Amino acid sequence: MSTDLDAIVGKPWKKPSFIKNPALRWGLVILAVVYFYFAFTTIDVNWARIYRGLDRGWQFILGFANPDFTSRWSDIYAGFMESVVMTVASTVAGIAISIPIALGAARNIAPLPVYMVCRFIVSISRALNEIIVAIILVKIFGFGPLAGFLTLSFATIGFLSKLLAEEIESMNMVAPEAIQSTGSSWAQWINFGVQPQVMPRLIGLSMYRLDINFRESAVLGLVGAGGIGATLNTAFDRYEFDSVAAILLIIIVTVMSLEYLSGVIRERIK
Amino acid sequence: MPMIEKNGQKIWQVRDRKAQFIRWAMWFFGTVAFLMAWKVISDGTEWYYVQTAPQAANDIITRAWPPKWGYINKLWGPIWDTVNIATIGTIVSLMLAVPIAFMAARNTTPSMLFVRPLALLVIVASRSVNSLIWALLLVSIVGPGVLAGVVAISIRSIGFCAKLLYEAIEEINETQVEAITATGARPWQVMVYGIVPQIMPSFAGIAVFRWDINIRESTVLGLVGAGGIGLQLNSSLNILSWSQVSLILMVILFAVVISEWVSAKVRGAII
Amino acid sequence: MLELKQLTKTYKTGDQALKAVDLTMPAGQVLALIGPSGAGKSTLIRCVNQLVRPTSGQVFLAGDEVTGLKGNALRRVRRRMGMIFQEYALVERLTVMENVLSGRLGYVGFWRSLFRKFPQKDVDEAYRLLDRVGLLHMADKRADELSGGQRQRVGIARALIQDPALLLVDEPTASLDPKTSRQIMRLIVELCKERGLAAIINIHDVALAQMFVERVVGLKMGAMVFDGGPDDLVPDVLTEVYGEEDWEATIEKVDDDDDADGDA
Ligand SMILES: Nc1ncnc2c1ncn2[C@@H]1O[C@H](COP(=O)(O)OP(=O)(O)OP(=O)(O)O)[C@@H](O)[C@H]1O
Ligand SMILES: [Mg+2]
Repeated sequence: MSTDLDAIVGKPWKKPSFIKNPALRWGLVILAVVYFYFAFTTIDVNWARIYRGLDRGWQFILGFANPDFTSRWSDIYAGFMESVVMTVASTVAGIAISIPIALGAARNIAPLPVYMVCRFIVSISRALNEIIVAIILVKIFGFGPLAGFLTLSFATIGFLSKLLAEEIESMNMVAPEAIQSTGSSWAQWINFGVQPQVMPRLIGLSMYRLDINFRESAVLGLVGAGGIGATLNTAFDRYEFDSVAAILLIIIVTVMSLEYLSGVIRERIK
Repeated sequence: MPMIEKNGQKIWQVRDRKAQFIRWAMWFFGTVAFLMAWKVISDGTEWYYVQTAPQAANDIITRAWPPKWGYINKLWGPIWDTVNIATIGTIVSLMLAVPIAFMAARNTTPSMLFVRPLALLVIVASRSVNSLIWALLLVSIVGPGVLAGVVAISIRSIGFCAKLLYEAIEEINETQVEAITATGARPWQVMVYGIVPQIMPSFAGIAVFRWDINIRESTVLGLVGAGGIGLQLNSSLNILSWSQVSLILMVILFAVVISEWVSAKVRGAII
Repeated sequence: MLELKQLTKTYKTGDQALKAVDLTMPAGQVLALIGPSGAGKSTLIRCVNQLVRPTSGQVFLAGDEVTGLKGNALRRVRRRMGMIFQEYALVERLTVMENVLSGRLGYVGFWRSLFRKFPQKDVDEAYRLLDRVGLLHMADKRADELSGGQRQRVGIARALIQDPALLLVDEPTASLDPKTSRQIMRLIVELCKERGLAAIINIHDVALAQMFVERVVGLKMGAMVFDGGPDDLVPDVLTEVYGEEDWEATIEKVDDDDDADGDA
């Protein structure tokens, strides 16, 4: 080993590269440089426009120092209540539908054909952005909270079913098998073998989704699907930044309290 | 397992009475809340319009199929913009999220009293507001275009990335940090040698994860004028050209599938 | 060389881990610190390099006061004290070479260390030390690919490249098998002799301590209850330090005949 040492001492040391093959490494570097060059040059920055807009940005920030809850209060209140209602209803409906789909999308308890169908539903729901779903549903069901409710329920299904199915797939199979060996029916098996193991996770995920649904409900109004987003959009259109600030503050405070609440509940059920 | 005595017989119960009561109360309130919520939604809905929903859906589907394939040639530019909004937005947000995460993590924050609450506030504010709302604001400040989209995506992603990152920082192994401190390293060196290597995998995972989400989000920013393929979606919707809409939706689905595949590959390579 | 005066540490939780400990060590002395779990051994070592701030009392290294130092002055003192940990405390996602070179951080500027541009002198020294601990062929491996014994050798190299005057060693062998433990202890003691380093070694294995060190200090409930040579460790003393037990088997001399160059 000492010969090894003599050969090495005096030579500079370099950290081995993350990508060992130099051709590949430099290829990727050049690719990245070229990409970013073209990507940045396609952003056209209109400085004059930004300069004019800065004043509005400042108005927006000032709005937070002096938010105006009163002048649009009835609109804000109605929009906020609609958001809350959509959130609650869609979360409940979403959970109710997600549970059977999650059971079907868990490979360790569902037969293959059921598994495929449920996975397909999950993928579709996850791939489509809420806003796009809302646009289409508004065209079909008309303006109002029904479209928002359906959108959020649909999105909840994709989210909850996927994560819950993963939880079921990774659960400990000893207890369920023991229960199966007592000759129980399928429903009993789910109730006693599977449910206790995934319940804490289900509650945690539901709380998290409640939070997400509220945030999303605040934006669905932009496309006419109900909620506080419509009020927000109007305020933006009229450049009433103090009302905008008031609405955003309401959203932020609600999200914060929901987050706090879900933290407490998750701590409890652990 | 708790037992109750009934007529001199012992009956086994799975849960004690209190837990049982809480369960029923939860079911009860859940049902009531849902019914009340449903009442409000129902009141806000024009049901005669909903009755025409099957025809409306049918109408849209027949007009959407087949998609107007030739329109794809007008979509290449917007697709390129969409990808750029997501990528550059993610990079900018990461650059801002890293310092905020270090300020927010209990074990690295310069001050628990002032800096940490401030950093947490930035994180909550950024996370609570949807990127579409940020886009709405930025379009009114910097004008319509790709720039508004990039900035909106950046602002929205800061909170997300910083939150996950500061949680990772709080979970690092402190003895490795102590070992570096004990060599007499400067605080910045302790960070580079003791902390950064430990959070690198989480960082890479977060970056790719958020990029994937941002691809989805940047497809709709155009609805409020912030660049990308959403602009075409909006104008196609305005002229009720459903065959163009269906083509755009297919393109978006395709982009989402690809980005999910890329992020899964990259995550696999890093971790 | 090292002097502790009335060193006291009370943790925020109220645990009094050290109660006015006085200790003086000449240069080049290798000292074993024994005592039951919770006696305050780790606390003592950490108070020396100020990873834990003592509540009161003073620490002097070669006449300079260490307690109360801050910022750059503290860093300059810390680099004269190499530390070796029970769980190795290598930065797992860095390479062996980076881990060893991190021992030079106290001497190298921030930008150089960021870009891994260490002076050639340091790189050569790192190679020599890795060769000395028998791990030169592992230089570019990631630390988490190494076995426990190998990691501890890297930890030793990291402490030595600091060019310290004093080694602070916290249970170097607690996570290792008996044979590797002895190899590691032998390596540490040999290196101290070669370089004339003083060392404080926390250790639970009394027989191992007797085998290698020239002085043993016993700590109990934060107070010093024994100070003497390895041969003074009679059963009565061990009863005093650890409590009642049959000690004859423990202190029986272990044969020191295994191969020092065996692979760890
Ligand atoms: N960070 C800390 N905060 C509060 N109390 C601590 C802390 N570290 C140690 N202690 C307490 O100080 C006392 C001495 O601990 P120390 O770790 O120094 O013991 P030790 O002799 O090294 O034990 P072991 O042999 O188990 O490593 C113990 O009572 C312990 O509970
Ligand atoms: Mg200890």
